[in-house]
Amino acid sequence: MQTPAPFEYERATSVEGVIASLQRLGSEARVIAGGHSLLPMMKLRLANPEHLIDINDLEPELGYIRELADEIRIGALTRHAALMESATLAEHFPAFRDAEAVIADPVVRNRGTIGGSLCQADAAEDLSAVCTALGAQVVIRNAEGERVVGMDDFHIGPYMTAVGDGDLLTEVRLSLRPGGGSAHEKVERRAGDWAIAAATAAVWIDGGTITDAGIALSAVGPTTVHLPRATELLRGATPSDELFAQAGEIAAADCSPVSDSRGPADYKRHLAGVLTERALRRASARALKQEA
Amino acid sequence: MHVTITINGQPVSREIEPRLLLVHFIRDTPGLTGTHWGCDTSNCGACVVLMDGKPLKSCTMLAVMAEGHEIRTVESLERDGVLDPIQEGFHELHALHCGFCTPGMLMTGRALLDERAGQTPLSEAEIRTAISGAICRCTGYKNIVAAIQWAAEHEAAQRQEV
Amino acid sequence: MATVENLPSPSTERPIGFGRLKRKEDARFIRGQGNYLDDIRLPGMVHGVILRSPYAHAKIVSIDTSAALALPGVAAVITAKDLETLGLAWMPTISYDTQAVLAGDKVRFQGQEVAFVIATDEYIARDATALIDVEYEPLPAVVNARKALDDDAPLIRDDKDGQVDNLASPTWEAGDAAATDTAFAEADTIVTRDIIYPRCHPAPLETCGMIADFNPETGQLDIYNGNQAPNAHRTVYAHVAGLAEHMIRIRCGDIGGGFGNKVPVYPGYVCAIAASIVAGVPVKWIEDRSENLMSTGFARDYIMHSDICAKDGKITGLRVDVIADHGAFDSTAQPTKFPAGFFHICCGSYDLEAAHVRVKAVYTNKAPGGVAYRCSFRITEAVYLVERMVSALATEMGVDPIDLRMNSFIAPEQFPYVTTTGWTYDSGNYAETMKVAMDIAGYEDLRREQAEKRARGELMGIGVSFFTEGVGAGPRKHMDILGLSMNDGADLRVHPSGKAVVSISAQTQGQGHETTFAQIVAEELGIPPEDVEVRHGDTDRTPYGLGTYGSRSTPVSGAAVAVVSRKVRDRARLIAAQMLETSPEDLAWEKGRWYVKGDPEQDALIEDISVYAYSGQPMPEGMEGGLDAQVIYDPPNLTYPYGAYIAVVDIDPDTAHVKVRRFIAVDDCGVRINPMIVDGQIHGGLAEGIGIALMEVITFDEEGNCLNGSFMDYLIPTALECPDFELGETVTPCPHHPLGAKGVGESPNVGSPPAIVSAIIDALHETHGVDHIDMPCTPARVWAAMQGRPEPPQ
Repeated sequence: MQTPAPFEYERATSVEGVIASLQRLGSEARVIAGGHSLLPMMKLRLANPEHLIDINDLEPELGYIRELADEIRIGALTRHAALMESATLAEHFPAFRDAEAVIADPVVRNRGTIGGSLCQADAAEDLSAVCTALGAQVVIRNAEGERVVGMDDFHIGPYMTAVGDGDLLTEVRLSLRPGGGSAHEKVERRAGDWAIAAATAAVWIDGGTITDAGIALSAVGPTTVHLPRATELLRGATPSDELFAQAGEIAAADCSPVSDSRGPADYKRHLAGVLTERALRRASARALKQEA
Repeated sequence: MHVTITINGQPVSREIEPRLLLVHFIRDTPGLTGTHWGCDTSNCGACVVLMDGKPLKSCTMLAVMAEGHEIRTVESLERDGVLDPIQEGFHELHALHCGFCTPGMLMTGRALLDERAGQTPLSEAEIRTAISGAICRCTGYKNIVAAIQWAAEHEAAQRQEV
Repeated sequence: MATVENLPSPSTERPIGFGRLKRKEDARFIRGQGNYLDDIRLPGMVHGVILRSPYAHAKIVSIDTSAALALPGVAAVITAKDLETLGLAWMPTISYDTQAVLAGDKVRFQGQEVAFVIATDEYIARDATALIDVEYEPLPAVVNARKALDDDAPLIRDDKDGQVDNLASPTWEAGDAAATDTAFAEADTIVTRDIIYPRCHPAPLETCGMIADFNPETGQLDIYNGNQAPNAHRTVYAHVAGLAEHMIRIRCGDIGGGFGNKVPVYPGYVCAIAASIVAGVPVKWIEDRSENLMSTGFARDYIMHSDICAKDGKITGLRVDVIADHGAFDSTAQPTKFPAGFFHICCGSYDLEAAHVRVKAVYTNKAPGGVAYRCSFRITEAVYLVERMVSALATEMGVDPIDLRMNSFIAPEQFPYVTTTGWTYDSGNYAETMKVAMDIAGYEDLRREQAEKRARGELMGIGVSFFTEGVGAGPRKHMDILGLSMNDGADLRVHPSGKAVVSISAQTQGQGHETTFAQIVAEELGIPPEDVEVRHGDTDRTPYGLGTYGSRSTPVSGAAVAVVSRKVRDRARLIAAQMLETSPEDLAWEKGRWYVKGDPEQDALIEDISVYAYSGQPMPEGMEGGLDAQVIYDPPNLTYPYGAYIAVVDIDPDTAHVKVRRFIAVDDCGVRINPMIVDGQIHGGLAEGIGIALMEVITFDEEGNCLNGSFMDYLIPTALECPDFELGETVTPCPHHPLGAKGVGESPNVGSPPAIVSAIIDALHETHGVDHIDMPCTPARVWAAMQGRPEPPQ
């Protein structure tokens, strides 16, 4: 088996400790949580950090799903398995459960975390699309304090996020609003594979009208693709198959897939449209309580 | 650095490098070569052990990260000469050929049975999902699914007896 | 809910002989106590890691190993220069070509071996490979086999005297070109297709490796190595390393899957041996998964052009032209007289008037190989071709694919049947097997369901394949590999206790030999299988033979064990006659005893006969004591297992994702020694067929970079991609095999890909006009086919 290059290791005992270490060690330090993105890269020697800071003991501080009055807060160290099993998330944001069912495999999901997935920022990553469509905000802490960043500002480029040297992602926040429904749809070559394309749709419906919507796509751009034009189309409209088809057209038009071994660009573009439509149909039905 | 990892209830201490993978730490322990490896990218599941009762791909964890946790390997299934029902099921239903994926499948099956003990019966779809993180090249999975089902039914009946 | 009363209890069936017997070898595997290569630790052992080329084609300008050598823990760094002094820089291949052990002048495929580092542990050895500085001068690479023979194609094998192009093996022909032309001229329907069987890989879960332990004092070379033909390997090493063959011992231990990947001799093996000879300590080399996918024996890579014709509702002729991509060195494994293996069995299960086959092999800048992955020596390619063509022909003719086959099958009364390409099939009742498959599938209902779904815009496909393959190579007058006859031995010794040891030259990698071969002895002698020890995997303790691949264990070694058991039984008869003071002709056999005809109470049990044989009691005239026998079995012919497979697929009309909903497999592999193990082999091969049909492929970019060098990109089916396989059987005993058995290991991989691909085409033909698609049928490729976009040829 391939094995990593040598490095120094420390085990964090507090969030403050992590941040202090990150500040001290600079860009040669990486935080390791679930490790299922970082360790394979280190074994292949594509990533060679000199220092690893293990934050897994910080589960009491950073692993939680909390329902507040108008917000759900997810600690960055929350494992995929927990996100999948959460009744709170299933009730308010079912797109999470949809996505988790198709992220990697059940064994990997015991270790991988939402923070790790978001920070890895692979354009094909599913939770990034879910959080973007749901209008999530992330909390980033460093020695200077905390800041809250929206998903559009979070994604900077391929594998690049607003989490810089010295920063630690600590929390994901989702505002709770009535009448919401969401869904995630994905096509992959084989169970557990990265998406060829995926779409998350979220709608909020009041009195039969869509008051707000969010659509985000995986694997069809350099980063997660957010579709503000689709949101514009959907806001104020009445849910219908024709409407969803139009949103699908926007999705197909506004993404920028590249051809690779998962598929050619035109197929991915086609999927962006199809999956957006499907996700919207299910999100809508859920918002209207018409679907389990 | 010095680490102590609890494996199958026993503390195992050694001086290691931080980069030593857990699967290698386990396999370097006398009598514990039952945990295997088959890939470089966390896909094949030959290395699955239980950490605190949950399946873990031990090739994707540093040994040092396992300190403070309970690791269980395939060698822990048989107790005092009595096979675990999951082992019996695999033997009964021919759920192994070359045996290389078997320890990972056994531990995955064991954890599934533990998680779902006393609940509604396991469905075929559930079992297939539970083992979808592990590759078998030999069996085509049909008998592995049947073996896990057999073990679940066997244990359910035993619980009824008690 | 299970209750105590209806609890499925452990089965108590313990047949003495053939039947469903739980496996003896399970005991260690379910406890995690298998003895695989990486489990072996020897005192003083060091670890080898190979540095591999990043380029597909490049000159090696210089290699600087100084930094690597300076790393603490590194014992040596070996390059081609070092091997040259030992005469080991190049080695012979099974195809009478040569292959570089470590590249000296040039690298010829990405992943080719360039240096071998030995260190105290594997982590350090890997660190050291990163410190070796190799200067390369990249050259243009040949990646497209169709272009390998272009005038301006770069010459890959400039190491070979007289090699002026990239032809690896001259055109090989079978059949009758003129008769085939006539059949086509007289046909009323002709279909032409370009069909690719892409490069894929057996990828057993355990990678390849070796521990070589040379003892300089005794001159003994101990090798631990998972390989499928240990005796043949020993002969090769003796030849290559100039060592005495009787001083080489190869022990295979437990092997985590082979599937043909563990047949060749790999450079890593020779490096480990050389390193051990030079250093005088045990050297362990085990490749990682990337190395396995990028450098070891791949499978297939056949570019086929074919025409098929029919007249009056019956298939009459077949023509096939093949370009075979062999990679940078010709290391395919097949009997010497068959450079294209058994591809010419593409005449299939049909009573053709004529067929003509041509196969040409080329070099490319890719890993060497081609014959692997349960291929029965290219029969996977042959059956894929003919079954795809027959289904395409049925579509063109507007007839049901099963009806066309039924009309064209070789009829039972025509056996033994000599095919148009020279095979003599010994037996078969094809229609019966096809009917069983139709029954299990509920074929008529499926077609009805398909029509209903189609009306609703749902895409469902049904694909059929019927294969006849030839396994159990082979008769010594026709078949050898590297000059070694394909005969296998069996030694059987019954001990005074009545328990036995049978030593065989077959080499299990999971096929259950410790159980099935004990069952053969049990069937023939009545000794319970638990009292028969099957000895294998140690060249010091087993007879000579060519090992396990090409489904040959049951046809050849199984026959050897049956014959040797009967020899022992015949000796036992003579001894029994002595014991019972009667003549041998007066004795009859019933499993476990010889008894006096007409007076069955007068008998001699086998365990009593064995006591007698070793005692001081008088033996029959001219007979030596003891109760044992030896056999080297020369099969009179191949055996010809066959089967009828039906695949049912559903395709998402918008995403083009394919799901194999059902797979029905009815195999006729003759008499089944252990039906449980036979079924298990079939399940496994069907899963591989799904992988090949839908997701497994090794591809390259124009520079020869391998794009599928890990399990993230070489996708293998999980339990979620495989349906609950539905199996059936017919039993047509093989007339020449002592047990009537034929072998089955490869059949499911042979027969399943065409069924699945034909099913996909069947789903899309009427609605989307699809009449061809190449594997792997990923969602992207299926979608492209639905758009009417033919895939560009590779």
